[in-house]
Amino acid sequence: MRSAVVASEVRLTVESDIDVVTARMRGRTLAAQMGFPPILATIIATTISELARNILQYARSGEIVLRPVEVGSRLGLAVEARDDGPGIPDIGLAMQDGFSTAGRLGLGLPGVRRLMDEFEIHSISGSGTMVRVRKWLP
Amino acid sequence: MEVPILKQGSYLIATVQSALSDADLVQLRDALVERVGRFRARGVIIDVTALDVMDSFATGTLSDVAQMIRLRGAETVIVGIQPDVAFSMTHMGLTLQGITTTLDLEEGLSYLERATGSVSRR
Repeated sequence: MRSAVVASEVRLTVESDIDVVTARMRGRTLAAQMGFPPILATIIATTISELARNILQYARSGEIVLRPVEVGSRLGLAVEARDDGPGIPDIGLAMQDGFSTAGRLGLGLPGVRRLMDEFEIHSISGSGTMVRVRKWLP
Repeated sequence: MEVPILKQGSYLIATVQSALSDADLVQLRDALVERVGRFRARGVIIDVTALDVMDSFATGTLSDVAQMIRLRGAETVIVGIQPDVAFSMTHMGLTLQGITTTLDLEEGLSYLERATGSVSRR
């Protein structure tokens, strides 16, 4: 049972830019422990960095949850980013390349979708955002 | 963690030594733009060999640095982007368009010598 050897979930509070760095480093370590090759561990770390920054930028604080997942014979790493911020009024717009309300590149969320195998976003205007992504072990 | 900036001849060399927070990146940008004037530097090298990720903020900030330094009359080279980081950037759609990158510090120095007509030691 491969799932028996992997770590349990890691919950990380995000409320400063140091927390963004800590979260992505924890993600890289967990990915390496689970057997992800370095190239995918970098992809996972980059994803966590983008999601954690979004929390900070749009909601000021929130949480990143890293969780090993097993579906059938596949083992993967799930990253969940949750906040109680203002939510995203137009998810379609937020997922477009080059769109940013913060004056940045606007490649964060669409970039994360390209990096990961699965991508889900739920946002309710006025009560927060949840992004859940997964990467499967090759 | 603050990035040390060394002056070598007419160049400034900033060597990233660990993961950088967004505040660290902004601090690096401002320090380089200011020091190009103070030291009358002709070229700037930013060595990112030790940088753990190049996400949208890091890419955007390094692009800004290169553009601001060009407006100040000097050249910027970003050196040492690691293979995993290059792979991740490419998949994300992040580019450093119009910005010179080289494999490592040595290549960066020889690029600056050609581009600025000056040498690193004098």
